[in-house]
Amino acid sequence: MTNITVDGRLLEVDDSDNLLQVLLGLGEDLPYFCWHPELGSVGACRQCAVVQYMNEDDKRGRVVMSCMTAITEGAIFSVQGEKASNFRTSVIENLMLNHPHDCPVCEEGGECHLQDMTIMAGHRDRQYRHLKTTFRNQYLGPFIGHEMNRCITCYRCVRYYQDYAGGDDLSAFASRDRIYFGRSADGVLENEFAGNLVEVCPTGVFTDKILSAHYTRKWDLQSAPAVCTGCSLGCNITVSERYGQLRRIHNRYNGEVNGYFLCDRGRFGAEYVNSDDRIPYCGIRNTDGIYEANSAKNTLVHVGALLRDAKTIIGIGSPRASLEANFVLRTLVGEDNFYSGLSGPEAEIGSLLLSVLKSNIKTPSLAQVEDFDAILILGEDTTNHAPRLALSLRQAVRNEAKNLARDARIPLWADAAVRKLAQDARSPMFILTSSDDRLDDVGIPSRLNPDDIALAGFSIAEAINSHAANDDADNDSRINIASIVEALTNASKPLIVTGSSSSSPEIVKAAINVANALAKHNDNTGLIICTDEANTLAVVSLGEKSLPEAGAAADVAIVLENDLFQRFADAAMEDWLEHVTNLIVIDSLDNSLSSRSDVVLPAATFAEAQGTYINNEGRAQRSFGAFKPKGDIAPSWDWLLRLCHGQDLLQDVQHIDELLRTIAEILPELALIVNAAPDAGFRDHGQKIARMTHRQSGRTAMLADVSVHEPKQPEDDNSALTYSMEGANQAAPGSLRAFTWSPGWNSNQSINKFQDEISGHLQDGDPGIKLFTGSSAVAHFVSDKSGPGSGNIRIRVVPRWHIFGSDELSNKSQAIRSLAPSPYALLNPNTAENLNVQTGDALKLDSGDAPSLPVSIEDNVPDGCVICPVLETTRAYLHLSDGVLSKDDDWTAPDGQEDVIVSDRRP
Amino acid sequence: MIEAIISQIRTLWTVFLHSFSRPETVQYPEQMPYLAPRYRGRIILTRDPDGVERCVACNLCAVACPVDCIALQKTEDEDGRWYPEFFRINFSRCIMCGFCEEACPTYAIQLTPDFEMCEYDRQNMVYEKEHLLIDGPGKYPDYSFYRVAGKTIGGKDKGEAENEAPPVDVKSLLP
Repeated sequence: MTNITVDGRLLEVDDSDNLLQVLLGLGEDLPYFCWHPELGSVGACRQCAVVQYMNEDDKRGRVVMSCMTAITEGAIFSVQGEKASNFRTSVIENLMLNHPHDCPVCEEGGECHLQDMTIMAGHRDRQYRHLKTTFRNQYLGPFIGHEMNRCITCYRCVRYYQDYAGGDDLSAFASRDRIYFGRSADGVLENEFAGNLVEVCPTGVFTDKILSAHYTRKWDLQSAPAVCTGCSLGCNITVSERYGQLRRIHNRYNGEVNGYFLCDRGRFGAEYVNSDDRIPYCGIRNTDGIYEANSAKNTLVHVGALLRDAKTIIGIGSPRASLEANFVLRTLVGEDNFYSGLSGPEAEIGSLLLSVLKSNIKTPSLAQVEDFDAILILGEDTTNHAPRLALSLRQAVRNEAKNLARDARIPLWADAAVRKLAQDARSPMFILTSSDDRLDDVGIPSRLNPDDIALAGFSIAEAINSHAANDDADNDSRINIASIVEALTNASKPLIVTGSSSSSPEIVKAAINVANALAKHNDNTGLIICTDEANTLAVVSLGEKSLPEAGAAADVAIVLENDLFQRFADAAMEDWLEHVTNLIVIDSLDNSLSSRSDVVLPAATFAEAQGTYINNEGRAQRSFGAFKPKGDIAPSWDWLLRLCHGQDLLQDVQHIDELLRTIAEILPELALIVNAAPDAGFRDHGQKIARMTHRQSGRTAMLADVSVHEPKQPEDDNSALTYSMEGANQAAPGSLRAFTWSPGWNSNQSINKFQDEISGHLQDGDPGIKLFTGSSAVAHFVSDKSGPGSGNIRIRVVPRWHIFGSDELSNKSQAIRSLAPSPYALLNPNTAENLNVQTGDALKLDSGDAPSLPVSIEDNVPDGCVICPVLETTRAYLHLSDGVLSKDDDWTAPDGQEDVIVSDRRP
Repeated sequence: MIEAIISQIRTLWTVFLHSFSRPETVQYPEQMPYLAPRYRGRIILTRDPDGVERCVACNLCAVACPVDCIALQKTEDEDGRWYPEFFRINFSRCIMCGFCEEACPTYAIQLTPDFEMCEYDRQNMVYEKEHLLIDGPGKYPDYSFYRVAGKTIGGKDKGEAENEAPPVDVKSLLP
């Protein structure tokens, strides 16, 4: 801690930060552009000027850039000093010279950092009388709009895109007042985290096209704090509504989880909430096989009668439904009749994850991942399966750069200096996967088939345990076990990353062994296991069984938000459905299973319902809905609770808080979920928390076309939030903060005002609570080497996830679907020869009507692997246990499509 | 006591004198009062000099409205021009304060010297865009927002707005 004086106030501050960070942390309003809490300082925009005085006798002082000023003992600064404030006003006047007269037709208007900073710096009228520079825009894909005229050349976009996110198709071009930020040619931005440009850009150069399609100003959005359901990481999002429709997803800062950034699937993939495929009413299938829309009351009576008459009732839960819904379903059907509905490998990996979380092996949060200095990725395609983790891993390899900077006594916030010093020096990250990984450019990649990845993992664990790499045991030219062992054992914080993207529990077991071996010597060892869905952990902790045994009959089967056809082979499903007399499906979107049901109940999506999600780190987080669903649509837990009441179950549970307390009582290991967020009784200075901003418009006109008599605002009894502008929003805890706003700070960067320190935790603690603690040792697993077949080369279909296309729900969003790959089979020349195919051919299954997979041949695909994308159309291939693939002789390549990669697609 | 009586008499005298002054009351509706162009009455949406609707759906009128009686939704045409998909004013709530007109950056929304908006059914006080939009530019005949703004629309390319240089050639090597 160091003492400094700011405008006459004596302060004690942290000297590892720069002055701008310190001042913002103290709540000062100081304008800035090029500095970003995650990107560090480069001192390019000259906006954050303050006056520094030599000593107390110095009355003149000199202007310094606060973002480039280190904190030194006894330093004297003035933010308000006339010299600095005049300087700031003239700097922003210069930045605004060429800014177009666009605010009314700009998506950023109303939450624009440039607007805020212009007001803050005191600039009003443009005095420059000459022409404004103009630029042509580019097509950057379905997510991001480009309006280059608005640029103030702060360079944040390329620093984020290239340095932070590792993209290489967005750059600065040309010189002087012609500087242009864009791609070398029109095309889709390739990076999976490009959507963050919308928030990183201080003005409206990069805008959210999804929002623009049904644009609403920030002040008109009705928002709620939600949790992303796109993968297992549980990033915090703000979900916003207007006119009964979901309008956008924005980042919601959580210092432990996602920080300032989201992936594009999370940000742009929630449009399915507005999809035409939503199930709007209850439906009961008539005797003639036709669905009939029915009222909620009649349907509940009908289902109640079915349940009373049934001898056997089973319930199949869902890894994408809330914990509450899964729990009530389990109560309704009884613990013995509850199934998780997870595919076999996913269920097994889920249980393994649960055992790890309860053991002495630490699972770090996404923010903590950035501190690890040696990483081993075993069979997990992070960028496509748990995207936000890949962004954290990319920062973790910079620890070597940070060490070099510390040795050279360069402060870590001096971003350009640290990067220049480090050049290509990186902490080791070994990537053992079956197909190319987006992190390959900063890691040490090895391409192996899933069995070999597991074997390599087991060998690494063994070598660590025996303090010696026995190269003889697994002499493999493709991978250097010894170097991995050495890096991991020498690291101060080694991290193992694995998950279910290869659908191989063996790999996860191997990873646990490695972490276990390292943890014996190093308490800082971390292990991350990613699962397929947002709430896998919740459903795994409720039930071990995944699906009823084949041939088991049931009078009534209730399936909760789970399209089982996605997870199980069609034949197995057909067989199971044959034994079910009445199938009741609760879901939000029409899918293969709901169209087979006898009764369908319309479920609310995450954007309309409250629920608790447990991420892969064991963190329980409460997600709140932004708006009331239409008509009879209700949260799944609400449907199930009403069914329970009809069967005289859970009679004393009327409210979701009572439900949470009941869960805590019955399942002591989940007891902490009650504390994941304040309950419905929470009040901030006697008020509930407003979902709307205080300046929401149109209340007396938005529904006036229906009736001029305004309806009462809907009430929310289930949470401390209101569907109203009346209420508090400044002092709410992070888990209830519906939107981020502070006077003078209309953009998301107002989060400065709510952090305990810049880039730190939220003032009242980060949302969510870690459920599992334990010190038990985790089991040691023995390699199952009997895997590969006898002599013959076994062809193995290896799933490959795609950030756009592999997720069931986000696939219903038009923009996401447009970027999904078409089916393909990737194999190496050897395998191709074995299967007697070449480029231009296609592979087909010997049975079923799955579409054929066009063949691509690449040298680095492991032997014996056919890499197949995880898509709705290719699931028949992925459910194949023993490959019976053959050349499709009838197949002809569609014209002119084969050479187009996604980033070359034009509008 | 005396003072009170004098006051009473003075009051009676003043009232009596008023019998001879010119009446302010007019025989409305046969006789219409003069209302200045700046009078704040019924709200209209105007068109720019090119005859295209001026409103760009920026939402500033709605947010300025103290009684929240304006609701609209932005949409855009194939050339990127923003305009309101619907624009609704609930005149049964409107207090004719004129804040919307002051907030409007494009002179689209204007108040007119017409206050005769009586309806038996309150629902008829809800005006949609078709009821609000007039054919002319209203009080500001010359202004066109899109001629000033940097955004491209149909008929106006980059660099063609007022005070704009032609688009930069990024590939130029000149210093």
